[in-house]
Amino acid sequence: MSRADWEVVIGLEIHTQLKTKSKIFSGSSTAFGAEPNVQASAIDLGLPGVLPVVNKEVYKKAITFGLAVGANINRRSVFDRKNYFYPDSPKGYQITQLDLPIVENGQVTVELPSGGTKTINLTRAHLEEDAGKSLHENFHNQTGIDLNRAGTPLLEIVSEPEMFSSEEAVAYARYIHQLVTYLGVSDGEMSQGSLRCDANVSVRPVGTIELGTRTETKNVNSFKFLEQAIEYEIERQIQVLESGQTVRQETRLYDSVKGETRPMRSKETATDYRYFPEPDLLPVEIDDAYIEAIRLEMPELTGAKSDRFVEQYQLSQPDALSLAANIPLADYFEEVVRSGGDAKLANNWVRVELLAQLNKDNVSIENSPVTADQLGTIITKIADNSISGKIAKTVFEALWRGETKSAADYIEEQGLTQVSDSSSLEPLIDRIISENPKQTEQFRAGKTKLMGFFVGQVMKETQGKANPQQVNEILNEKLK
Amino acid sequence: MIVDKDVVLNIAELAQLKIEDHEIDHYVDSLSRILQLVEEMQSVDTQDVEPVSNPLDGIQRLREDQVTEEDQRELFLANAPESEQGLFLVPRVVE
Amino acid sequence: MIHEQSIREILTSLDNKQYSCRELVDHFIARASDADPNLNAFITDTYASARNEADHMDKLRSNGTAPPLAGIPIAHKDIFCTRGVKTTAGSLMLDNFVAPYDATVVEKLSAAGTISIGKTNMDEFAMGSSNENSHYGPVKNPWSEKAVPGGSSGGSAAAVSARLCVAATGTDTGGSIRQPASMCGITGIKPTYGRISRWGMIAYASSLDQAGPMTKSAEDAAILLNVMAGYDEKDSTSANQTVPDYTQSLNQPLKGLKLGFCKEYFGDGLDPKIETAIQTALRQFEAQGAEIVEVSLPSSKHAIPAYYVIAPAEASANLSRYDGVRYGYRCEDPVDLEDLYKRSRSEGLGDEVKQRIMVGSFALSAGYYDAYYKKAQQIRRLIKNDFAQAFEQVDLIIGPTTPSTAFSLGEKTSDPISMYLQDIYTITSNLAGLPAGSFPVGMEAGLPFGLQIIGNYFDEGRILNLAHQFQLESDWHRLTPEATT
Repeated sequence: MSRADWEVVIGLEIHTQLKTKSKIFSGSSTAFGAEPNVQASAIDLGLPGVLPVVNKEVYKKAITFGLAVGANINRRSVFDRKNYFYPDSPKGYQITQLDLPIVENGQVTVELPSGGTKTINLTRAHLEEDAGKSLHENFHNQTGIDLNRAGTPLLEIVSEPEMFSSEEAVAYARYIHQLVTYLGVSDGEMSQGSLRCDANVSVRPVGTIELGTRTETKNVNSFKFLEQAIEYEIERQIQVLESGQTVRQETRLYDSVKGETRPMRSKETATDYRYFPEPDLLPVEIDDAYIEAIRLEMPELTGAKSDRFVEQYQLSQPDALSLAANIPLADYFEEVVRSGGDAKLANNWVRVELLAQLNKDNVSIENSPVTADQLGTIITKIADNSISGKIAKTVFEALWRGETKSAADYIEEQGLTQVSDSSSLEPLIDRIISENPKQTEQFRAGKTKLMGFFVGQVMKETQGKANPQQVNEILNEKLK
Repeated sequence: MIVDKDVVLNIAELAQLKIEDHEIDHYVDSLSRILQLVEEMQSVDTQDVEPVSNPLDGIQRLREDQVTEEDQRELFLANAPESEQGLFLVPRVVE
Repeated sequence: MIHEQSIREILTSLDNKQYSCRELVDHFIARASDADPNLNAFITDTYASARNEADHMDKLRSNGTAPPLAGIPIAHKDIFCTRGVKTTAGSLMLDNFVAPYDATVVEKLSAAGTISIGKTNMDEFAMGSSNENSHYGPVKNPWSEKAVPGGSSGGSAAAVSARLCVAATGTDTGGSIRQPASMCGITGIKPTYGRISRWGMIAYASSLDQAGPMTKSAEDAAILLNVMAGYDEKDSTSANQTVPDYTQSLNQPLKGLKLGFCKEYFGDGLDPKIETAIQTALRQFEAQGAEIVEVSLPSSKHAIPAYYVIAPAEASANLSRYDGVRYGYRCEDPVDLEDLYKRSRSEGLGDEVKQRIMVGSFALSAGYYDAYYKKAQQIRRLIKNDFAQAFEQVDLIIGPTTPSTAFSLGEKTSDPISMYLQDIYTITSNLAGLPAGSFPVGMEAGLPFGLQIIGNYFDEGRILNLAHQFQLESDWHRLTPEATT
């Protein structure tokens, strides 16, 4: 048998940290990167006598996500305790939602890199608390426990097992990442663990209906690793089955250094979770008015925004989509248009010049040194022929470097306004013609390529400020 | 439900309790008696009865998303059996 | 004698400068220092800080800025977290735990000016009905050295009964305030679930636990409840209901009050002397204008099985945090994580606690959840419905608190079931979340016993009203154990 004889079935559980100021059940900060345990309060540490209280914003974020994927928002949701012992789980149980999660039954359609689209159903998305971190280095053969992350709100988004390749799974994970980032539900910082995937993978002989035994590869935190982990699992399971053995249902870890998965050894995997309703919390009830209010506040979804950009600004479909997919970038673009007027120029400048600079200096759009208003001014000046595209770049760079605060002032101060005045250009051109008799003669003899030489001379003399079109016209006239 | 040695050891594993060999019979016996006591519940017809999880059948109040906690690490670490560099220490964990 | 005075009398004496807060506190500290080596009612004393606070309260009194209960010496059950003071819950597991924060109850009582002289002994993690399950040794009943004080708030009951403090805090999950109150001849009330914040109160069974005052009289209980009760945003299960002034309703006439006589409470297993005393009390209420109505609570008979599933199940999760990692007992030289967990927990927790964790883990385990935990929560609904029906007919329900007077130390330790049956009359109000109090109603063979009054939700005022009216006409609550006279 070969790989072609096997069908792969994949379901993903995506844990996304919600973008809130405080934790799901305590008033501790969720900021990333603090010193160990300075953001672990009495509640986060599970001290005797402490009690949880639910953060409102966490619900808002979960509902926002649910609405964006067309899911049911449960009017009544209930928190449960999931019992297991692990040092990064300070209470000995995790507060999560089992039977009545906030979100159920959504659907997303994603574009596949190899072409076509794929629709994936979401089983549910439930709220829960994140665990702390175990640090295994440098403590005389002991593990250090940092509970800063304990209690960070998570939305666990569970898909149906209906992806049939790592390509589909990764495209789906990327889509969810983009969506939660776009919606502001999560900051989407993968490098900080804001989005982690558990991949449930099984294989079955082509043509069978029954699912094969699955393994769950936990905590994969990059798309590249997700693809590698799934591919490894597929190959491994096929090999196991083809050698006549059976796949063990188990939890595995992806080792990105070795590029392989291996069974998890920790106790957490083997236990009976003994779920029961969390008696320290009450059911959460959400009314229609609250859901509608969230719907009104929701950002325009990517598809709708992209269509609008095509319609309103006459952008091409791909340009519109690439702007619309990134809310802050799209907002910036629209602000540039409001200030600068010309949507085509704005599109070019934002997507090409600005993005290149942002990437080069590793700056986010929110922190761009050139404001939308400043870029708008530049575009206005290009559109009315006050400056050339080349000068515009000089102005942009000056703004980027913080050498000036105002594009208009800078153009003025540096005397960068295009010279379009023929009364000042004509004497200059006359002089250049008389100083270059040889070239003039050759030009007039038919070597019209020399036009570039004359334009270059003019530009040199005017330090690039001459309006190239006008220079051409005058030269053509004088060299006749 | 019959409680035997395996049941006791399995529950002890879930509860992370160490049961010595000489204690097993005691647990088999006492758990059996308690389960016998509660077995009486099975005679009650509870079809369609909504379980109570909170006596007041209340609704959860939601808290505003504000950071209200300050760093009290040193105070909390004072109760820790073993800590270093702000971390709680446990025997090495292999994941 | 100062220690026989009610809170109201003490406050008047302080106002009249008959003695200072410091003298008052010293008086109780002297009594406690004298009696407690024998009684074992306290795990930790806070005499030094109590004296400082008393001096501070004297200053506030002299400049007219004293809070309402300035100087009243109390004690806290060692289940309430007290900042900077060891808080053990009666367990070796927390023998080295210095609470880094105050429970809401502690904070409120402190803000009202009361002064805690110590932390009282208790059954470990409030699991027990005799105070014999304490890591710190059993508490003796002040009425008889051979008898238990009841539990789990046995230290608080004994301390108030022996007049070592004016009042004490307790907690009640299945009767842990009322049963020891009955056995020690004092007044104790478990309010409606959610009436008093659970923040900082070490959890046994979250959906059943409720704090309450343990006092010499209903009037003192009303005064303390005024301070302890109220909504707390730190406790999601606390009730957002205004707190009435419980002292205002104490003197309402009983005329027209409908009292439920629950026949299920007066069957086999109840000491006939207790039944007779309750009947006598009912006649007295009738004479004061109340009407006695028979009510039925048929599902009550399932209360003990339901309780001994629900409470251990919740406890099994609540006590998982005691793992030797962040605080509390850690075993010597653990070889690995599993060894750390298992030995720390097995060595740090006592037998009854481990037994309940085992029962609870079983009741929640795969395949048994529906038959045990869910079934018990459904029975709880039936019990709640019974009460709802009964309270359509009556205002309060009267019954015994305990089947008998205090039993002997060691008498029931080998038989958990007979110990569990101690809670037969008290458990139902925890399951339903209803307020209930125990008030001294008689003596048998030198040991006191109580009358239980169960009220409708948030009707603590009426319970205290009836008890106060009874106490105006009787002296049972004034009797003190010979050991202290």
